[in-house]
Amino acid sequence: MSYLTEGFTLRSWLTTRDHKRIAVLYMIAITAFFFVGGAAAALIRLELATPAGDLVSAETYNKLFTIHGVVMVWFFLIPSIPSVLGNFLVPIMIGARDMAFPRLNLASWYIYVLGGLFTLAALIAGGVDTGWTFYTPLSTQFAEGNVILVIVGVFIVGFSSILTGLNVIVTVHRLRAPGLTWFRLPLFIWAHYATALILLLATPVLAMTLTLVALERVFGIGIFDPALGGDPLLFQHLFWFYSHPAVYIMVLPAMGVASEIIPCFARRPVFGYRFMAYAILGIATIGFLVWGHHMFVSGQSMYAGMVFSMLSFLVAIPSAIKVFNWTATLYKGSIVFTAPMLYALGFVGLFMIGGLTGLYLASLALDVHLTDTYFVIAHFHYIMVGGSVMAYLGAIHFWWPKISGRLYPEMLARIAALTIFFGFNLTFFPQYLLGWLGMPRRYHEYPPEFQVLNLLSSAGAAVLAIGYLLPLCYLGWSIFYGKKAPPNPWGATGLEWQTASPPPQHNFEDPPRVTRAPYDYA
Amino acid sequence: MTWTLPAASDIASSVDYLFYAMLALTGVVALAITLLIIFFAIRYRAGSDADRSNVPTSSRWLEYGWTLTPIAIFLGIFAWAAVVYARFYTGPADAMTIFVVGKQWMWKAEHANGRREIDELHLPLGQPVRVMLSTEDVIHSFFVPAFRIKQDAVPGRYTMIRFTPTRAGTYWLHCAEYCGTDHARMGGRVVVMAPAAFAQWLQQGDSSSLASRGGELFRQKGCSGCHAANSTVHAPDLAGIYGRVVHLNDGRTLVADEAYLRDSILLPKRDVVAGYEPVMPSFQGQLDESELAALITFLKETR
Repeated sequence: MSYLTEGFTLRSWLTTRDHKRIAVLYMIAITAFFFVGGAAAALIRLELATPAGDLVSAETYNKLFTIHGVVMVWFFLIPSIPSVLGNFLVPIMIGARDMAFPRLNLASWYIYVLGGLFTLAALIAGGVDTGWTFYTPLSTQFAEGNVILVIVGVFIVGFSSILTGLNVIVTVHRLRAPGLTWFRLPLFIWAHYATALILLLATPVLAMTLTLVALERVFGIGIFDPALGGDPLLFQHLFWFYSHPAVYIMVLPAMGVASEIIPCFARRPVFGYRFMAYAILGIATIGFLVWGHHMFVSGQSMYAGMVFSMLSFLVAIPSAIKVFNWTATLYKGSIVFTAPMLYALGFVGLFMIGGLTGLYLASLALDVHLTDTYFVIAHFHYIMVGGSVMAYLGAIHFWWPKISGRLYPEMLARIAALTIFFGFNLTFFPQYLLGWLGMPRRYHEYPPEFQVLNLLSSAGAAVLAIGYLLPLCYLGWSIFYGKKAPPNPWGATGLEWQTASPPPQHNFEDPPRVTRAPYDYA
Repeated sequence: MTWTLPAASDIASSVDYLFYAMLALTGVVALAITLLIIFFAIRYRAGSDADRSNVPTSSRWLEYGWTLTPIAIFLGIFAWAAVVYARFYTGPADAMTIFVVGKQWMWKAEHANGRREIDELHLPLGQPVRVMLSTEDVIHSFFVPAFRIKQDAVPGRYTMIRFTPTRAGTYWLHCAEYCGTDHARMGGRVVVMAPAAFAQWLQQGDSSSLASRGGELFRQKGCSGCHAANSTVHAPDLAGIYGRVVHLNDGRTLVADEAYLRDSILLPKRDVVAGYEPVMPSFQGQLDESELAALITFLKETR
């Protein structure tokens, strides 16, 4: 009997304390939000196909990019890998029966849904046009619309992040199987552990900041209003103190995924395991010290800019180390190009381009020209979509047999992976050029000389949309008609592959005992 | 479709050198890694007859090498970019100062002689310029791609950016910080003219100069009642204040620039000069941005 057959009623799902079922609940919820955010993106790209603002009004356009950002950041990317795959896999990978706090785990899903409902309510009630960044005084004194409703939604969903983070930290500390020492942990676990630390330490700052914005908007308390002795730059410091580490919340788990998939399909141990683990901790630590690089032209002191610039170059080092090690992991391997492997290799390439272009933005004088242009848009989409979403899809495919107990059609999956890779580059590469040529972001209309590149980008978005719909179809199909999966279809080494597909309710028939290093492919 | 951006300021070519150097460096790295991945993918594909004996799983020297080498290169780029960045904010004292105010959704500029313009900015070729930015509502960002400059205008303070136009022509002026509904339409053009043509342009219009309007305000608003030399109130003498080092009564010292003068008018309790009582009232809400610019220009020119 598997976790899927423990109960078939809706009630059995909605009251479950099984981390695997909660992971599935998360998967359903974030998939819905992904397509909400994706629909907003599709409308944005349609509007930008022509220079004139002809499809939607300026106000609607501003609401579209706001809702795209809010939904994709807080309701898709942040919970994506940690809450779906982390939830499903962390206990199994460390040989535990469940998370440390199963009820808290379910509560975090309900909190997520509640936050999501507030945000959707704001969307239905007419939307909000502050941008996902809620910069004051635009958000506190000037923006109309449902700012408070969205802030409440994001505030609430933050608690879901905090509880998930707490749960993962305690689980990794307390529930590891006998023999599973820290340096025998899969890198996926290291990545989730570091992510959980960031979730726990950074998210409260977001909650406080948004509370202050709401209080300022409703009561005019004067934290950010210079007429009352406040300072709008204080908001930016607080906001980015959370929102920069949030980037690592999105990308560290993706790195963890790549570190599982690449050794598996290269049939050899990951190269430089210890340095990979140290690099994860390095990113999580230095990531807290670079927020000011969002503010090089904000009016903050020139010297503060220099300190943040140098630290931003340093935070790129551990990421570079990881790219080098993934590449070295292919050396003398025996490489099979399955769909998950295509996603993982795509992740490495796109993350590398996103990371390298981040260096342009860390360079002070270059950032002055490039910040707030499409160069920044391209850069962070290479990290968050080219990086995190590619890894998320790779992970969904890699662990799909474990989650669903079914195999998906491999050829179709490879075609989808290549379609997404091509569509992604066509969408976002032209945006680097647009940014360098001086097209500002968040523009509802633009000078006509930018049309060719914008049209290419919009065409790419259409390809990307098809690419994203494909897995939705064939994975859905495979739940009912896919071939039954054996326990270990890929011949992988992690503990999750030593139990049935799908696993029983308590994960293992016999509690496992670990005697070897991870990635013991030989 | 233009694939290049004109480089129309002194700093633009420095930024471009940095950009092309970065392009070369990151291009080489990206290409090398990509080719290596493709090479490994082909050579070590499952079933190939490549040698797979002694699979290495770690190498201390490789790890140190690919950690320390990027650190060295990155610190070099950091320093290079920081040196260029400093030029945006430091430069000759005799630069021409123009006050630019952002407002939903327009840019208003005011020249020293009182000539005003909206969504346009005329500049003389070859003359160092300082743009003093402020805003009447939300944050805006003054962005001229051809000059490679961008600076936010932030409520409650002055921000400043420097450059020297080096090519005559007409260039885009944008707002780069999202500022509400018509953000995309907030902008216009910057016109760089030969100095003689600019001088001629500047003389059109009949407004009085910022300094003379400031002098009037200095009397009208009652500043002179305390700050005049023969006043009975104990207040600092403001002749030649601009650029002077000021000692504050909490021990700090600072240089009296536009930002300091602005704060002293609007937030007089914040930086009290050593030896004086904090008796000055705030003029918050009694002066608009244009009047502030006039007063400050007047103070700059009183000797």
